[in-house]
Amino acid sequence: MSEIKKFMYVNRKAPYGTIYAWEALEVVLIGAAFEQDVSLAFMDDGVYQLIKGQDTTGIGMKNFSPTYSALGDYEITKIYVEKESLEERGLTLDDLQHLVWEDEDEDWAEKDSIRLVSRSELADVLATQDVLFNF
Amino acid sequence: MGSIEANGKSYETDEEGYLADLNSWDKDVAEVMANLDDCELTDNHWEVINFLREYYEEYQIAPAVRVLTKAIGKKLGKDKGNSKYLYELFPYGPAKQACKYAGLPKPTGCV
Amino acid sequence: MAMLHLVNKSPYDACSLDTASSIMQGDDSLLLIEDGVYAAVKGGKAAARLEGLKISVLGPDLAARGIGKDKLIDGVTVVDYAGFVDMVEANDKVQSWL
Repeated sequence: MSEIKKFMYVNRKAPYGTIYAWEALEVVLIGAAFEQDVSLAFMDDGVYQLIKGQDTTGIGMKNFSPTYSALGDYEITKIYVEKESLEERGLTLDDLQHLVWEDEDEDWAEKDSIRLVSRSELADVLATQDVLFNF
Repeated sequence: MGSIEANGKSYETDEEGYLADLNSWDKDVAEVMANLDDCELTDNHWEVINFLREYYEEYQIAPAVRVLTKAIGKKLGKDKGNSKYLYELFPYGPAKQACKYAGLPKPTGCV
Repeated sequence: MAMLHLVNKSPYDACSLDTASSIMQGDDSLLLIEDGVYAAVKGGKAAARLEGLKISVLGPDLAARGIGKDKLIDGVTVVDYAGFVDMVEANDKVQSWL
């Protein structure tokens, strides 16, 4: 692959009611091996995936929420969260995990991965992508 | 499904020899798995194996080889965070082989 | 004749909460499970649908989704699996809005 493409994964489903969220995460991690310019967007019920403090011991399912913290290691540094979706659900950025990536070129300085965007800003981001994957 | 014997104990594995249950892992089974591959585990091997177990504990995934290399470099120094060093330790592929000895599932993103 | 209504879908993704809440009457109660629990989050648009209804949510499903009890609207009862069974027993019928 000679040319770097902009890959965007759009996540719109809650984490445990369906398999979409976990499948998306696996595809993202596998796709990271292709070293493209990857972004993630969380909108609609997808914002629920990033809520902090998830504890699945009572429902007997794998808690994959810690895996989102590994995205930085996979050089995924652009995670867009849609503001309207959070507000509609009674959530704020404080309810979400604090996701960071470490900049190797700046002595592993921690930088925020999550970018809070409005729907129209997200539309602009989506418009610039080469490939969109929807989950 | 298969199984591995170590120290009189039986450990269930999948068809590729990865442990079926992460929690059944111990150092004995790691040694036996390595011996089956004609590999003798040294302190350098254990450093990587222990690192992988900690990584899984924290993130619930086994890292892809590129991620492993970078993370090892950060934790153990540049002389160890390169694929030459890791492939010398684990010639069948650092992520795949070391994950197996660490009792983890096959890495996500292992293509 | 009291009925227990079960909703297991997110109110932002399915219309089952709308249907259930508008069909409930008398002593009926609503138990939110799985993705249905998101409806009881304070400040969410869906919370308005729950006004005046007898609401319970399943605790293990809340915990799995990282929703603390402090995030819930007032007047909601959190039950465990045993409480779920008690509710089924206490009602004449169960309507599951899948």
